[in-house]
Amino acid sequence: MSAVEFELLVAAVLLVLGPVAVFLRRMSWVSSFIYASSGGLCALIASVGAARLVARTGDSGLTLPLGLPWIGSHFQFDALTAFFLVILGIGGAVVSLYGIGYGRHEHDPMRVLAFYPSFLGAMTLVLLAADAFTFLLSWEVMSLLSWALVLTHHQETNTRTAGYVYLVMAGFGTMALLLAFGLLAGSDGHYAFDTMRGAVRSPTLAAVILGLMLLGAGSKAGLVPLHVWLPLAHPAAPSHVSALMSAVMTKVAIYGFIRVVFDLLGPSAWWASPVVILMGALTAVFGILLAMMERDLKRALAYSTIENIGVIFAALGLAMAFRANGLTAAAALAFTAALFHVFNHMVFKSLLFMGAGSVLTATGTRDLDQLGGLIHRMPITSFLVLVGAVAISALPPLNGFASEWLMFQAVLMSPAIPQDALQLMIPAAGGLLALAAALAAAAFVRIYGIGFLGRARSPAAQTAVDVDRFSLMAMGTMAVLCVLAGILPGMVIDAISPVAKAVLGGQLPLQTHEAWFMIVPIAEGRSSYSGMLVLLFIAVSASGAAWAVHRFASHRLRRAPAWDCGFPDPTPATQYSAGGFAQPLRRVLGTNILGAREVVVMPEPGDPSPARLTVTVDDPIWHNIYSPMGAVVIYVATKMNGLQFLTIRRYLSLVFLLLIALLVGLMLWA
Amino acid sequence: MGLTLAVLIQGLQMLLVVAVAPMLVSVVRKVKSRLTRKQGAPLVQPYRDLIRLMRKDVVLAENASWLFRVVPYLVFAATWVAAALIPTFATGLQFSWTADLIAIVALLGSARFFLALAGMDVGTSFGGIGSSREMMIASMAEPAMMLIVFSLALIAGSTQLSTAVQFLASPHVGLRVSLGMALVALVIVALAENARIPVDNPTTHLELTMVHEAMVLEYSGRHLAMIELSSALKLLLYISLIGCIFVPWGIADSDANASFAAYVVAVLLYLIKLSVGGVVLAVFETSIAKMRVFRVPNFVGIALMLALLGTLLLFVSMSL
Repeated sequence: MSAVEFELLVAAVLLVLGPVAVFLRRMSWVSSFIYASSGGLCALIASVGAARLVARTGDSGLTLPLGLPWIGSHFQFDALTAFFLVILGIGGAVVSLYGIGYGRHEHDPMRVLAFYPSFLGAMTLVLLAADAFTFLLSWEVMSLLSWALVLTHHQETNTRTAGYVYLVMAGFGTMALLLAFGLLAGSDGHYAFDTMRGAVRSPTLAAVILGLMLLGAGSKAGLVPLHVWLPLAHPAAPSHVSALMSAVMTKVAIYGFIRVVFDLLGPSAWWASPVVILMGALTAVFGILLAMMERDLKRALAYSTIENIGVIFAALGLAMAFRANGLTAAAALAFTAALFHVFNHMVFKSLLFMGAGSVLTATGTRDLDQLGGLIHRMPITSFLVLVGAVAISALPPLNGFASEWLMFQAVLMSPAIPQDALQLMIPAAGGLLALAAALAAAAFVRIYGIGFLGRARSPAAQTAVDVDRFSLMAMGTMAVLCVLAGILPGMVIDAISPVAKAVLGGQLPLQTHEAWFMIVPIAEGRSSYSGMLVLLFIAVSASGAAWAVHRFASHRLRRAPAWDCGFPDPTPATQYSAGGFAQPLRRVLGTNILGAREVVVMPEPGDPSPARLTVTVDDPIWHNIYSPMGAVVIYVATKMNGLQFLTIRRYLSLVFLLLIALLVGLMLWA
Repeated sequence: MGLTLAVLIQGLQMLLVVAVAPMLVSVVRKVKSRLTRKQGAPLVQPYRDLIRLMRKDVVLAENASWLFRVVPYLVFAATWVAAALIPTFATGLQFSWTADLIAIVALLGSARFFLALAGMDVGTSFGGIGSSREMMIASMAEPAMMLIVFSLALIAGSTQLSTAVQFLASPHVGLRVSLGMALVALVIVALAENARIPVDNPTTHLELTMVHEAMVLEYSGRHLAMIELSSALKLLLYISLIGCIFVPWGIADSDANASFAAYVVAVLLYLIKLSVGGVVLAVFETSIAKMRVFRVPNFVGIALMLALLGTLLLFVSMSL
């Protein structure tokens, strides 16, 4: 059995597993069964994908007589597909393991179980599809199933709003993709990817396709300004589904972008890349700023997803810029950085969403200002979330830093680019990415410091207990991956190299051959980094210092009330709140970029009523683009409404006028 | 040169930085006192303070978690590893290949991340104010630092600090506009990162303007000693960084089998550079007033803009 047949079979089983769950709904073991089998199947998907990347097993393709008549459905399994299958497989397997425990808390488990495995199956199909029809069909099935999962808690108004916005945006995205594939297929209707790859296109046509892909794949991935649905829909779903959507589905969107722009379109004109780089860098800064201001734990994580998507797109844009100038080695570096970050983001974002789910189970709230002190009540979850927070803040020696480091190395290759515009823009974009990384650290100090440290701000947080062992095992797996990918980045880079080779025709030098614990992307004299040694040095010097101090100085310890400069706070409410922590950055960056406003209402002297501080932070894109757009749609719809109540004579005359207009048009055109 | 000698020199550097760091703080304090016509504490005072703190019991807040107790050692370790990678008196040290300048900046970022978390751990308002302001200043200073790294890497063709310093010490590099901009930017970043005047005042207590001191307010005993030592180490790190990049002369090259005498001279020169840096810092701090917190972003923003400008100038012409 070839790899593509095997993966298709697994995808089919996953797709069928959803309906099967409906038949098994009376069984007490249905939830565990569905999650366990989805997890097992995802592990199979990942292992076959990993075999392609590591053991270099071959590519395979398959045509099935399904779908459009005379065309059939084409499927493929190459390095790019294999890499994203690994992402999907690992994410799906671990999140399903989490689901075994987390799914028990669901009121209405069938609302998740009926769609969950099929959602995984549909994502697998998107990755395997090798013609426009199969791709779009699987994409649409994936969108619809995830929409159904978002609506799990449909009793809440916010969830229904989120579902509606998501549906509209998903429809818009698919329309853009449809147009893009239409242009790719050309007037002859080459639906299969193989025939699209060979076609010759004008640079303008290629740019239009790129623009449409940015709209289509970008809206699914959460690129600003198409991100508005993401912070609504991702948190509304149950937490393990949020983890899948944020960690895996956005990656499927990135796969779509890479498949079309890098693989099917081939090298683009250089002027196309600044758009992608700039959009990516701005998305990164914008997303993380909103994450910094957000009070809701899961929404903050969703905004941070937007940031990471921006980082990935910026790196992909860099790869495009290098590739357009024939700098294959530099393009491979940027491309590897992007894919490395894809892997990393899958790992830590699913870890963090699972952690948020555990907090939600334990306390019943996602509001940061109702949490606090969880490090005492939920020690294991808190530790694992801390690992995720350090990793996502791009701090050495964990994995987030390794990909960030590669990205900066790619930025530093920019002097080789001949175009002035790109030369001036890339360092600025690099600065924006550094700003995003620094803000990410601030945002996660805030999320962790308010949510998990300090004193409990509500009775629920005070009585929280750690979650079940399946959930802990799942989070633990991801935390271990964070550390492993951080200290052995060379192995991940080597696993990505066949993808870069297949897509760009170039790859980074193999990292694990000489010094397996170091990464040297270009040359040893230029830059090198060893996460392993950094971790080792920190561990040795920290424990050495601790040992020496305890041995030779003092090891005594007394517990006493907090000092707080002599004014200890009586209640937990005097701690810093989520809004308070964000205040400095809100004033510095928020007022200009996000239009954040603070209104202080001071009572008159002698008036005993309390002073009031109102802070408003909204997404300016929503106000400036989407709300006006919605208003226009409503206005037009209201005006057009009258057309439904005309007399038969008027309808007939309208038809007649249209006929005349068409004939005149035809005459003028011919 | 044998591996043993290489490890020995690396070890010497690590010991030297830890040993000298409190003295640097002491020099700055002494000069500041003399400039304001005060006697000032004796030069060994910081060592005495550290020993006294080490010997005392730790008084731990009731609500403090394990993180609070681990952070001082983590912060110290991260800062120490970063300092070990700086070519203070010799380039091409044994460990210098483990991390480049970007990683050194990020290591300091890790230290700050954990310190800010520790500030939040006890759940007091002072801790929160310190952490939130520290992260605000850091989110301005870190991108500026990264852009400085970019311009250095563009000039030297390497982010590896050792290689870059060897290149900067070579006669190919004359006076450059971009290097000048990078110097000013780096000085501003160093002031912000080390909580010095005008960004923060290291000697205040119980002021609503304090940042770093507010964050570590709950620490006592050996924990406080580790934190004090790490801040001293960080100050030394930045002054050494400025020294090795902008005054790279006299640094021994361990790759080229430098003689014993060369190392001795290099160490002495390094100590002189450090003391000059300390004196200049003291003079600067005495002659300027502290800023309001919300002025700091503008101040650090200057560094960001200068660093960006320096980088862009390099793209216009590599000789600028």
